[in-house]
Amino acid sequence: MLELAGVGKRFASGVQALDGIDLTLTAGEFLVLLGPSGCGKSTLLRIVAGLDAPSAGTRGWSGEPPTPGQIGYVFQDPTLMPWATALGNVMLPLRLRGVPEAEALARAALAEVGLAESAGARPHTLSGGMRMRVSIARALVSRPRLLLMDEPFAALDEFTRHRLQDVCLALTAALGCTTVFVTHSLYEAAYLASRVALMTARPGRIVAMLPGAAPGERARGGAAFDARVAALSHAVHALHLSGTAHLSA
Amino acid sequence: MRIAVRGALPLASFAATLALWQAVVMLGRVPVYLVPSPLAIVAAFVGDASVLLRALLATLSVTFAALLAAMTSGVLLAILMSASRVARAALEPWTVVLQVTPVVAVAPLIIVWIGDPFAAMVVCATVVAFFPVYANTASGLAATPPELLDLCRLNGASRAQEVLLVRLPAAIPYLLAGLRVSGGLALVGAVVAEFVTGAGGTASGLAFRILEAGYRLQTARMFAALALLSAAGLAISAALGWISRQALARYGVLPSGRTLS
Repeated sequence: MLELAGVGKRFASGVQALDGIDLTLTAGEFLVLLGPSGCGKSTLLRIVAGLDAPSAGTRGWSGEPPTPGQIGYVFQDPTLMPWATALGNVMLPLRLRGVPEAEALARAALAEVGLAESAGARPHTLSGGMRMRVSIARALVSRPRLLLMDEPFAALDEFTRHRLQDVCLALTAALGCTTVFVTHSLYEAAYLASRVALMTARPGRIVAMLPGAAPGERARGGAAFDARVAALSHAVHALHLSGTAHLSA
Repeated sequence: MRIAVRGALPLASFAATLALWQAVVMLGRVPVYLVPSPLAIVAAFVGDASVLLRALLATLSVTFAALLAAMTSGVLLAILMSASRVARAALEPWTVVLQVTPVVAVAPLIIVWIGDPFAAMVVCATVVAFFPVYANTASGLAATPPELLDLCRLNGASRAQEVLLVRLPAAIPYLLAGLRVSGGLALVGAVVAEFVTGAGGTASGLAFRILEAGYRLQTARMFAALALLSAAGLAISAALGWISRQALARYGVLPSGRTLS
C-alpha cells in the first residue's frame, strides 16, 4: 500500500539518520522494525506517517492515499492530555476532524481496550498500562488503514506488556489494518511480526528482512517461536561480527 | 512541631519587630512626623478609616480592571501570535517595546490622550501587568507536547482547531503562573498611575492619600496607607495563588495532596 524507494534523511545538524531505505508495505501485514537505539527507527516511522519529509528518495501510495485520520499513531509515551478524561482523550482525533457521534465511537474504542469503566477517569489516576490502552484507543478510534506504533510498550513491565501485545494483535486483526511496529526487543518482534525489518545504525539502513509468524501460529513459546528468536538473534550476531552494525552497549 | 514553628516564626518575628519599633520610638523620643510608632499608625488608621478604606477601594478597582484587561489582551494576543506567523512577526517587537519602556515615562502621554482619569489609570496599570500573562501564555502555547501536535496534523486539523483544542488547554498552567505575577504588577501599576495622575476628588486612591499625607507631614497616615497597600498586595497574591492551585488540581497536573511550591 505504501512504497518507500531510496529514502534517506539527513538532519539540519548534518547527521545522516537514514540511508537508502527501500520498503514496500503490504496491506494487512504486521511489520516490525527491529534495531538498536538510535538507528533511525522512529525517524523512518515518521516518514511513513508523512510527519517528516525524506531528504532523499520517494514515498508513494499504491492505490488510494489515506485521508486524514486513516493513519493511526501510538507514541512511545501515552502523551494524553492531562486536562481531559480518558473519553475526552480518545475523542480528540474525532473532534479534530469534526466527526459526528464522536462520544459513542470513543466509548466503543475504550471498551475495545478494556477500559469502558474508566471513561471518566483523568490520566493521572490511571496506571501506566491503562494510559497506554487509552493511547491505543485514541489511535484506533478512527478505524485507521495504517497503524504506526513507536516502541509503545518499552516503558511497561513484562506482565503488562504481554497483555497489551495481545490487545494490540486482537484489535489490529479485527480491524484488518496494516501495522508498522517499532521495537528493540527480539522477543516482541518474534511474537508480533508477520515480517521483521532488521535495521542498523549510523546511518540507519534496513539490512535484512526476516519472516515472522503466520497469523494462526502466534505463540510465546514452542518450536516455531524459539526458531524465530534464534534466527533474529543470529542475524543480529552476524551483523555485530561483520562490523556493519554499531551496537553500542 | 516543624509546621508549628514554620507558622509561628514569621508571626513572632513580625510581633518582635513591631515591639522593638515601638520601644525605640518611645524611648528615643523620635518625633512623630519623622517615624511614627506602630500605635500611632494604628490610631491614624482608626481615625481616618473611612477615607483610607474608600481610597483602598478606588485603588483596588483600578487594579482589578487592569488585571482583567491585561489577562484578556495578553491571552488573545498570545493566541493570535501562535495562530499566525505573520501576526507574530509583525507584533512581537511591539510587545518587547511595551515591556522595556518604563510606564512612569509613558503615563503622562496616556493621561494626555485619555481624558478620563479612571480609564487613564487602568490603561497605565494594564501596560505594567500585561507582559507576564502574555509571555507565559505564549510560551505555554509553544510548549505543547509535540506528539499532540502530530495528532493534529495526522487528522488534518486546522490551525484554529489546534490552538483551541490542544495548545490553549496545554497553556493553562503557564497562563496561571503569569496571572500571579501580573496580579502583583497590576497593583504596582495602579499605584504608579495614581502618583502620576495625582487624581483628587472622590476617586482618589491610596497612593494619592500617601502623597497628600506626605505634603501635610502626616507621617502616621502615610504609614497607615502604606500598610493597607501591602495588605492588599498580599491578599491579591494569596487569592491568585489559591485560585491557581484549585484550577491546577482540577486540571490534573497536581495529584491531590501535593502542593504547589
